[in-house]
Amino acid sequence: MLLSRTAAIPLRHFYLMRGSFARVLPLFIWVAIDIVLWGFITKYLNNVTATGFNFVPSLLGAVLFWDFCSRVMHGVTTAFLEDVWSRNFLNIFATPLSIYEYVAGLVISSIVTSTLGLVVMVVLATTVFGLSFFTYGVMLAPFLLVLFLFGIACGIFGSAIVLRLGPASEWFIWPIPAMLSPFAGVFYPLSTLPRWMQWIGHALPPSYVFEGMRAIVAGRPASPVMLLFGAVLALIYILLACWFFTYVYRYAVRTGLIARYSAETVS
Amino acid sequence: MRQQTFAARWFAYVVTLYNHVVGNRSPDANPAARGAVLSVEKLSKSYGQIVAVDGISFEVDHNEIVGLLGPNGAGKTTTINMILGVLEPTTGTITIEGVNLAAQRSRALACTNFAAVYAPLPGNLTVYQNLRIFGMIYGVKNLQQRIEDLLKQFDLERFRDTKCGVLSSGEQTRASLAKAMLNDPQLLLLDEPTASLDPATAREIRMRIRDCTIQGTGGVLWTSHNMYEVAEVCDRVLFLSRGKILLEGDPKTLPREHGKETLEELFITIAREPLTLEVG
Repeated sequence: MLLSRTAAIPLRHFYLMRGSFARVLPLFIWVAIDIVLWGFITKYLNNVTATGFNFVPSLLGAVLFWDFCSRVMHGVTTAFLEDVWSRNFLNIFATPLSIYEYVAGLVISSIVTSTLGLVVMVVLATTVFGLSFFTYGVMLAPFLLVLFLFGIACGIFGSAIVLRLGPASEWFIWPIPAMLSPFAGVFYPLSTLPRWMQWIGHALPPSYVFEGMRAIVAGRPASPVMLLFGAVLALIYILLACWFFTYVYRYAVRTGLIARYSAETVS
Repeated sequence: MRQQTFAARWFAYVVTLYNHVVGNRSPDANPAARGAVLSVEKLSKSYGQIVAVDGISFEVDHNEIVGLLGPNGAGKTTTINMILGVLEPTTGTITIEGVNLAAQRSRALACTNFAAVYAPLPGNLTVYQNLRIFGMIYGVKNLQQRIEDLLKQFDLERFRDTKCGVLSSGEQTRASLAKAMLNDPQLLLLDEPTASLDPATAREIRMRIRDCTIQGTGGVLWTSHNMYEVAEVCDRVLFLSRGKILLEGDPKTLPREHGKETLEELFITIAREPLTLEVG
């Protein structure tokens, strides 16, 4: 794997963002809106509930973590969609760039864009709504790592779907985080869910992050074993997503889908 | 010349350093024995019952320009897509500079490049940005200098910081050709490269590619519907019809050998009545 080939993908993304307000703004605006909205909701809940329970680290923290995971996924898919939107498949896939170098380039692009979103969220949540990350202690790093890995897996999987089904199928992948959030127990313990939803929840790495986060907020320690399990699960999902992307890519090369991608032929 | 940002320069420095340390194993580091640049053997592509390319074999030698001719739907673009690695053949092998494309895709494509009217460069990037990105992907050494040379060679200096999407079709073609020459390819695939150029520019481009081929070591596979152009630039032509190669020869002598005055007449005959000329 050559770094220069891989680096060309994030450099392309940098060039595009540098000259495009429409690309830079969404990196911040939606997460900022989410933090502001949920920040005020948590403030309101803190005022109207007499339990003395602080909703900021559980609800606002959960929103921040989940938005980070979503931004990571969207970072990968957006970098991929740039090639779809500019009809660049033939140019990009007729080069020595391997599929692994290409996917690695998408992931690096996502690391940069999602970090920018995370910084904005952290600044807003801490300065305006008093969210303290010291609440989560040393578990903050594994929390973010698991969510990052799962976001990468979702992003690669989503890109494979668009590659397989054609440009119009991007509609399918934008709502993936929203579709997963009820199962991942972002705002409530998994035990709240019916049994079949719990099974799905246990198969999702973020659920271990949110269970751990709620345990810490409630004054109990988060289980490192469960978090490790979540991290391993997320790594397995990345491998599966890479396999799926490679499978779809090979299918596209075999059937000529890449060469006539804009025709949206699903056969 | 537009100043690069600090971040872009730093980024390029890190990449150069990494490649210097790790080592960039380009095909030049281990040159293949000087056989044909491109060797295609019994290549076929079928979509279900439809046979797009039917067991064709041909070669492109060093310093040779081969014209791939044929009516629409003959299988020219399918053949080019297979050579570019974006379409898997049903059967057959493609060897570029002695490297089997199916087995060592990246290595084979590192010494290949192409320009096609249906594959313009991304319109949302400037000419310079496109050349820089594709130069990195092709692992071009001294990339900055190479880009400057190509901008000059293809008269693109004034469009350096212009987005490709706002260029005229002729300017876009020149930008695509500059990208196609970035890695000084041993195998250059050109699918109707002068289709949207005015006659003067088209002639200039033809001469430039002709000179590059004579002076360099590479070979060119060139498709065109302009028979005057083909006769002027190609050393050899292959007539493709219904996925098969019907004729092969020198474009200057081939028409007479088949009782036609011009290459265009021969082309029309093949397009209308391929069976009258079918061989083998």
